Amino acid sequence: MQLLQNAGQKQTQTKEQVRRIINEYMGRKLLLDKAHIEGIRYYDTYRKNGGYEAAGKVFKTMSPDLVVEEVKKSGLRGRGGAGFPTGMKWSFLAKPEGVPRYLVCNADESEPGTFKDRYLMEFLPHLLIEGLLIASYALGSHSTYIYIRGEYAWIPDILEEAIAEAKQNGWLGKNIQGTGFDLEIYVQRGAGAYICGEETALIESLEGKRGNPRIKPPFPAVKGLWQCPTVVNNVETLAAVVPIINIGGEEYAKIGIGKSTGTKLISACGNIKKPGVYEIDMTISVEEFIYSDEYCGGIPKGKRLKACIPGGSSVPILPANLLLKTAKGETRMMTYESLNDGGFATGSMMGSGGFVVLDEDQCVVRNTYTLARFYHHESCGQCSPCREGTGWMKRVLHNIEYGKGKMSDIDLLWDIQRKIEGNTICPLGDAAAWPVAAAIRHFRDEFEWHVKNPNAAQQRNFGIAHYADPLPVAAAAV
Amino acid sequence: MAEEKKLFKVKIDNISVEVEPGTTILNAARQIGGDIVPPAMCYYSKLQGSGGKCRTCLVKVTKGSEADPRPMPKLVASCRTTVMDGMEVANITSPEVQDARKGVVEFLLLNHPLDCPICDQAGECHLQDLGYEHGADGTRYEFKRRTFEQVDIGDNIKLHMTRCILCYRCVYTADQLTNNRVHGVLNRGEASEIGTYIQKALTSEFIGNVIDVCPVGALTDRTFRFKNRVWFLKPVDAHRNCDKCCGKTVLWMRGDEIFRVTARKDKYGEVEDFICDTCRFDTKEASAWTIEGPRKIDRHSVISQGHYVGTVKPKDTLVEVMDGRQPRLLMDIHSVSQVNRPEIDLSKIDGPAHSDDFNNAKR
Repeated sequence: MQLLQNAGQKQTQTKEQVRRIINEYMGRKLLLDKAHIEGIRYYDTYRKNGGYEAAGKVFKTMSPDLVVEEVKKSGLRGRGGAGFPTGMKWSFLAKPEGVPRYLVCNADESEPGTFKDRYLMEFLPHLLIEGLLIASYALGSHSTYIYIRGEYAWIPDILEEAIAEAKQNGWLGKNIQGTGFDLEIYVQRGAGAYICGEETALIESLEGKRGNPRIKPPFPAVKGLWQCPTVVNNVETLAAVVPIINIGGEEYAKIGIGKSTGTKLISACGNIKKPGVYEIDMTISVEEFIYSDEYCGGIPKGKRLKACIPGGSSVPILPANLLLKTAKGETRMMTYESLNDGGFATGSMMGSGGFVVLDEDQCVVRNTYTLARFYHHESCGQCSPCREGTGWMKRVLHNIEYGKGKMSDIDLLWDIQRKIEGNTICPLGDAAAWPVAAAIRHFRDEFEWHVKNPNAAQQRNFGIAHYADPLPVAAAAV
Repeated sequence: MAEEKKLFKVKIDNISVEVEPGTTILNAARQIGGDIVPPAMCYYSKLQGSGGKCRTCLVKVTKGSEADPRPMPKLVASCRTTVMDGMEVANITSPEVQDARKGVVEFLLLNHPLDCPICDQAGECHLQDLGYEHGADGTRYEFKRRTFEQVDIGDNIKLHMTRCILCYRCVYTADQLTNNRVHGVLNRGEASEIGTYIQKALTSEFIGNVIDVCPVGALTDRTFRFKNRVWFLKPVDAHRNCDKCCGKTVLWMRGDEIFRVTARKDKYGEVEDFICDTCRFDTKEASAWTIEGPRKIDRHSVISQGHYVGTVKPKDTLVEVMDGRQPRLLMDIHSVSQVNRPEIDLSKIDGPAHSDDFNNAKR
């Protein structure tokens, strides 16, 4: 408790001191702290280890508005990618008389490089259900949906089993724990469309329609599922509500730097020694995250860092020099603000936390082509810039990657992405445009190399880069 | 006074207009009219929920409202964005909007087959108009344009999926005008297509209206297919007593022959009243119709050119000419005129009469 009070004096302490305090106090884990316990997937073990205590506390002592206040105080930001403050989103929910309200859990985690929600749902299903329970209580939703990605074929079974267990123990159904609050949680499987992770497309899909994003406004908080007020939250966001209630919103807000409060799950993959899901408090630097043994463990075979996509495939790629230090020369931290420092010219985004590391052998053109192919495949085809533009970018990138490109193609690509970005109904257009834009912005010389050396580009094997020139970007010497 | 207060003041390209709350920017611009009206390929005022998809109507909101004067960060689709009081919008005055629109037109034409020479829609195609007005003179697309397998959707309507720009208008039409929609959008992304999934004819009393709402030549009238070019035909307003619809149509005629029947469209190419399939496809005898007069086709069209529409006929009734004055006896000017040469008998001149016959003739 002494430490807890110390943590309150964050303003006067250095970041390192705060971090040390938090580490000692929390062991820096809030979501995954019990993930290692055997059988935590099942109700009994979860309950024995302090599960459903937050829900019990909410039912006993808190009013719905108080829960929203607590989440507001915590400064929790949406973990799905946009980073919108969750408490604010909840308070925007329209509450007309006689109209049901819905909470939808967005488990359609399809972003290449992101797999944190799968981990949560697979190993800690009851944490999500408890979070859903608290959030539903706070928002007044009596039917809550988990919209889960179709490719996660085995996870709905885990969730449904957990829901059945929770129901047996009186945490779901009618009159939960004698409070008079009713809640049913339904698991809905998606059919394999990335676009259904966009909240309005998710709602359309949930209604049984074609998963086309709706045109906003009206926003889901006013007219969402079945034209009723709806909140759509990411799995991790809802799971994070549990520790917020457990330790209190103000305590939660003390973790992290600035407006990036709390802990964040990062799913690290690519050329690192230890790929996996890591829970970080948002006080560590990117450099530490990549090279520390606690996290990614560095890059295998002693290779150098070339680039990194810090927040899932749709965010701009950053070369090593801009990844570790911002354009101003400050250390880049794993926070929403720091990763976005410098805008898209020299920064990137926290996104959904899909941390993809590329070592010196990886070809950025190949990587960009792969991403463009993905977005071309996943465009819903509703609005014209995205429908036509993603396919065009893919084909131009294919030409460049396979040594059939022209110098003018690089400018053409830039022009295409510029005309897609911001002109589409939903963010998929932006998501398709940003990686291409960033790749050309930071690695134009690699595109030019492909155009100038068509034979070498053709003979290259699956995008392994063997450039005659030294690396375009000075890799950090760590 | 109370009602006036309710109106929202909007400025579009520095032209002020007062509109009802809830009006979209596009409709506010249409109230002003003229060049500042953004083009719309998918929005259709008669169809609920249409719009927002083609992105040709993008505009820049330079001032959100009187209360919140911040500009909107992105270009917005004017057909689906409602106005706020004090909103300022830039359409043709914003280079950014023009540039984005050019991009959208390029995207729309990217996979369009450009088979206008054999397309029945040519001459009344919105995509043609859009291309001429906002497009570039060439394409930068070097790849094969996408093609689709031909799908038969019945005897009356022809579907050319390659020409489709996926505006969803026909889907909304079938939803809102007919009892059973059998077609929809299949697949996703670039492979999206209009289809019935299991090959099926579109049969419904009002399904023919999908031809009228289609902005391009994707859905055309099969009873008119390859019969004539629209600009060779003469559009006339006509009506008949129809128990299913309003019966007010435009007949596209050449001589006395009716080539096709369409609904009446306003200057934005939108149908005024939807008509039934009996009127459209099955009533092609001139005797069945009461013809009202020639129709002016307004939309930047070649159709109206060369047709004597809008000509002013001379007012020849004496009362109107005299403007209330009593007519006086007119003098027989011929009897006193020096020009008149009654002594020259035209029947006695060889060949056609010539001025020399009069001027050089002896008096």
